[in-house]
Amino acid sequence: MNIVEPALKSQFSSAFDVERVRADFPILKLQIEGKPLVYLDNAASSQMPQSVIDRLVRYQTTQHANINRGVHYLSETATAEYEGSRRKLQAFINAREDREVIFTSGTTDSINLVMHGYGRKFVGAGDEIILTTLEHHSNIVPWQMLAEEKRAKIRVVPINDAGELLIDEYEKLFNERTKFVGVMHVSNALGTINPVKQMIEFAHSRGVPVLVDGAQAAPHMKVDVQDLDCDFYAFSGHKLCGPTGIGILYGKAELLECMQPFKGGGDMILSVTFEKTVYNTIPHKFEAGTPPIAAAIGLGAAVDYLSAIGLDAIAAYELELLNYATEQMNDLAGVRIIGTAAIKTAVLSFEVRGVHPHDIGTLLNQEGVAVRTGHHCVQPVMLRLGVPATTRASFAFYNTMAEVDIFIASLCTVQKIFI
Amino acid sequence: MNSKSLYQEVILDHNKKPRNYGTLDNATHHAVGHNPLCGDHLDIELHLDGERIDQIAFHGESCAICKASASMMTTVVKGKARADAETLIQEFRDMAVGKLDIESPHHLGRLTVFAGVRDLPTRVKCAILPWHTLHAALNSVNITSTEAEDDPMHAAIGDA
Repeated sequence: MNIVEPALKSQFSSAFDVERVRADFPILKLQIEGKPLVYLDNAASSQMPQSVIDRLVRYQTTQHANINRGVHYLSETATAEYEGSRRKLQAFINAREDREVIFTSGTTDSINLVMHGYGRKFVGAGDEIILTTLEHHSNIVPWQMLAEEKRAKIRVVPINDAGELLIDEYEKLFNERTKFVGVMHVSNALGTINPVKQMIEFAHSRGVPVLVDGAQAAPHMKVDVQDLDCDFYAFSGHKLCGPTGIGILYGKAELLECMQPFKGGGDMILSVTFEKTVYNTIPHKFEAGTPPIAAAIGLGAAVDYLSAIGLDAIAAYELELLNYATEQMNDLAGVRIIGTAAIKTAVLSFEVRGVHPHDIGTLLNQEGVAVRTGHHCVQPVMLRLGVPATTRASFAFYNTMAEVDIFIASLCTVQKIFI
Repeated sequence: MNSKSLYQEVILDHNKKPRNYGTLDNATHHAVGHNPLCGDHLDIELHLDGERIDQIAFHGESCAICKASASMMTTVVKGKARADAETLIQEFRDMAVGKLDIESPHHLGRLTVFAGVRDLPTRVKCAILPWHTLHAALNSVNITSTEAEDDPMHAAIGDA
């Protein structure tokens, strides 16, 4: 392996002040097995800065009550903060209106909402839904359930060996029965950034709406739903430095309005009698029951935090991390990177010859390095690329070049143990 | 628990040069074990001579912990009576989940190199899978899994 001297590392020093950023994350001070934590499992869940933790505490300490109900101070405050958070998320993804931003429990919930609300109403027997080989199980299984119920068909966009979608093949899948497209913006397992804008434009030329799974994109790049012109965009709070249990579904207002509600209950109605219920307007039509108010407000604080740093600055710094880590990894004999798309985020899935990913994961943990091992909820990708499982290091803007060095050195230790 | 101490020489050696690796021509009992969490799988074939495990072989795709556990298991149970193998299965499982007092009398011998997995909850299944599968093979259950419903360990052990 290459030993990187401090002088060499300094050539990477961009305007991005990673040490200042790291000071915002209390968990990064942890020691694991007596070694400093090197957290490289950000694609599974990211860590939370103190400002978000403080926001959750402030809400629970001074602002909590149920929303949309009481006329008392706390209920009005909680409602205002909850709706304020919705507007922050609207700005974060540049949605035209705040009512196009629905709070869900996460990306999976968002996709299920679209399946039930849009799919069950507009997809029928013999219709076709286009998905891609790269999709996370959460953007496959709901559509399979719909296809089974409606006797519809799923068509799958293939990938090349680098893990890139074959766009010519995508365009050939369209026919008069095509009713819906679901595509992930960024691959969780491989890091591939898909050309979703181009794909959406093509689908729209055939009159087909598109859902984009943005779980792995929203934390790493500026997302502009109006520029993409996507019909739906789903992402999760906990991969975005926010709390678990909260996520977003963006949908174009005209589509959301014609959709069926997903869950029935309080808050999603205007009036209820046993003869007839009138549903509330959007977004409330899709927010039945008491939502995770604290988590929604915490997510607002998280996007404030990320916006203050700047998604463009984050993307540029993470690309430096990716390039440096890729270069280091390519120098290791017996290590093969899985997923070599020309345009990707800072995700490195890899194999070490002769060593099972679970053994790698356990031994890296011994060095304080947290990675994910397994099939990453994308068994079709693993099958297509001919690997049973991989080890995945996924980076965030609070990781450092020095952490890349620790990670690479730890991989060398693993290889030595298994010689 | 230091995870490096789990990867002891004997385990690394059995991973690299697994004993009784392959298939049997004359198997009387057979089972396949799956760990759906990682996709690992293991085939175990037995030839029973009456109540005695006359021959045993295994093959499959798995991590070092699982493969070494399988390899060492085959060397230990070969030639043993079915009932003795079932005792070992129970003791190994108890050790892996931290229920066995290593200091009290048991029959595991050098299999105690796997005791460390009790501190690595996600790896317990890797070590136990071969033993689950052996139990399934002895009881002629053809497919086994480390996950809930299919888990032969949920059945009473040794009542075949």
